Amino acid sequence: MTDVLTAKMPTKSAPKADQVSFLEFEKPLQRIQHDIAEMEREARESGTDLTADIRQQRTRFRTTMRRLYSNLTPWETVMVARHPKRPLTTDYLKTVFRDFCELHGDRTFADDRAMITGFARVGGHKVMVIGHNKGKDIKERMECNFGCAHPEGYRKALLKMRMAEKYGLPVVCLIDTQGAYPGLGSEERGIAQAIAVNLMEMSRLKTPIISVVIGEGGSGGALGIGVADRVALFQNSFYSVISPEGCAAILWKTAEKRKHAAEALKLTAKELTKLDLVDDIIPEPMGGAHREPETTAANLEKYLNTTLDTLKRSRLDTLVNRRATRLRNLGNFFEDPGETEKQAKPKHPRKSTSRSSRLNTGPARPRTASA
Amino acid sequence: MVDMAASEEKTGVPAGLWTRCEICEHMIYEKELAESLHVCPECGHHRRVAARTRITQLVDPDTFEEFAADLRATDPLNFKDRIPYPERIAREQEKTGEKDAIIVGKAFIRGRAVVLGVMNPAFIMASMGAVVGEKVTRAIEKAIDENLPLVLVTASGGARMQEGMISLVQMAKTSSALARLDDAGGLYVVVATDPTTAGVAASFASLGDVIIAEPKAMIGFAGPRVIANTINAELPEGFQTAEFMLEHGFVDRIVPRADLRRELARIIDFCGK
Repeated sequence: MTDVLTAKMPTKSAPKADQVSFLEFEKPLQRIQHDIAEMEREARESGTDLTADIRQQRTRFRTTMRRLYSNLTPWETVMVARHPKRPLTTDYLKTVFRDFCELHGDRTFADDRAMITGFARVGGHKVMVIGHNKGKDIKERMECNFGCAHPEGYRKALLKMRMAEKYGLPVVCLIDTQGAYPGLGSEERGIAQAIAVNLMEMSRLKTPIISVVIGEGGSGGALGIGVADRVALFQNSFYSVISPEGCAAILWKTAEKRKHAAEALKLTAKELTKLDLVDDIIPEPMGGAHREPETTAANLEKYLNTTLDTLKRSRLDTLVNRRATRLRNLGNFFEDPGETEKQAKPKHPRKSTSRSSRLNTGPARPRTASA
Repeated sequence: MVDMAASEEKTGVPAGLWTRCEICEHMIYEKELAESLHVCPECGHHRRVAARTRITQLVDPDTFEEFAADLRATDPLNFKDRIPYPERIAREQEKTGEKDAIIVGKAFIRGRAVVLGVMNPAFIMASMGAVVGEKVTRAIEKAIDENLPLVLVTASGGARMQEGMISLVQMAKTSSALARLDDAGGLYVVVATDPTTAGVAASFASLGDVIIAEPKAMIGFAGPRVIANTINAELPEGFQTAEFMLEHGFVDRIVPRADLRRELARIIDFCGK
């Protein structure tokens, strides 16, 4: 990973590695990077002092990056979230978590490499960490189907969550998947049932759960480890009911409309916060998580540590009750004829506590009924 | 989300005097079709039926009391594809005479009181948005409140894309409500009909204490075309059917439509409800 900001690495390897990792909308950055490399080569070969020019170009690189990244379109966000060098669960297991003790297998069928589970420590907390694994290189990516888990992955996740519940460990889920694996074996072994059971059981699991979308939050495959007391998204990650490509293919009848679909689906952290579906946004360094993985990791660690502190202060039944109430309230609708929009109301909080905390308390935008 | 648009027109009740079976092409007299509960008398093909028709077929005459009937979709994302979402909803309401993709109510089946929800494949392929999620949840809560068995007749193309993530989280909302029904010791029976797929399959349709399916109903998670593309091969005969799900252990019983009332009553009696 070349740090283009400081560019202290030898220029020999830098340009090539970076060309691979520049995204379509980052063309201007790629050009500047190329210029810098050229200047450095010239300086080295001819002995001319180009330090000032190079410094100027680096400043230009930074301002251009800030301009591009402070206003990412939804489709550009999708591209950053899918960046081949974006930190993965396996990276965070080394940087954010300590003493990771992997626990394999669902005790029924197999050990799905697309879902990694095990004990770990973060900050002052012992946790059970569950995360999608997209794989670093081609070999690993093939083994874990590019992060698309089979039913055994979801069952393994639930098995480990139940163990966490038993031993009073909070659960931390790291979401990064295009979706559950669409294949023969997946259907034969009941992918729909595996996800459904996770949704039901996570909603009543008696231990704190935090879910963080670290890259791609793809549909049911993401939600299958996504039911939580706190849901966070990294600044440039996304969470969607369907991939922009899939949505475009179905609604516009052409995958070419993926940019429109990305826009329409309101899949960015910012939009989802407005819709009260996401609690927190974890900031990323300028230029995306992959440009400064250490900073990204530090941000995640800080978030997990403070959120775990907070969640652990609640009584377990209060926590589970609040989680159920929050799920109960999801979604707005019109009720009586001509009435304004209303939010789903809690009716059956878990057990009988008087607490009626409404976690998604965004003001329901009043609207009149459409024709 | 499974693309079902291509088969959408199949679901409307045909207006003519005669209709052709989609499978064996046998010509069926309309009146005969109604009498056979929309099952082809020639080949036994279970046609998709509109929710109101299904309710009439399933419950004791004049016992259905609908609730949450006025719930209607908002447009939380200001979604516009080829047409704006509110317009799409209006067209579907016009076409089906229903407000959204599910009808819920209380009824009697062979004298047994139940809470019944029936999804309507004719309404945007019975996709699940906030309204479907809320009505399913209210049906679950009614079953808890009145200690009644819950029967959900499922059919769906999946989550309603036009409501984005709000539609996805309805999977969690309904599953969480079912956890409460389970805690309360309530009985929940799923009747999976053609097609029960994607987000609905991966939530309440897979969580029944007893899961019944109609013969040959398509039941599965991912769209068959997506799977064929992924594995780069033809899908085996009978893939993602009720029979396939039974064989692999995800359906308890396959029940022909004509026997549904009897079978539901039996199961309710066994569970002491």
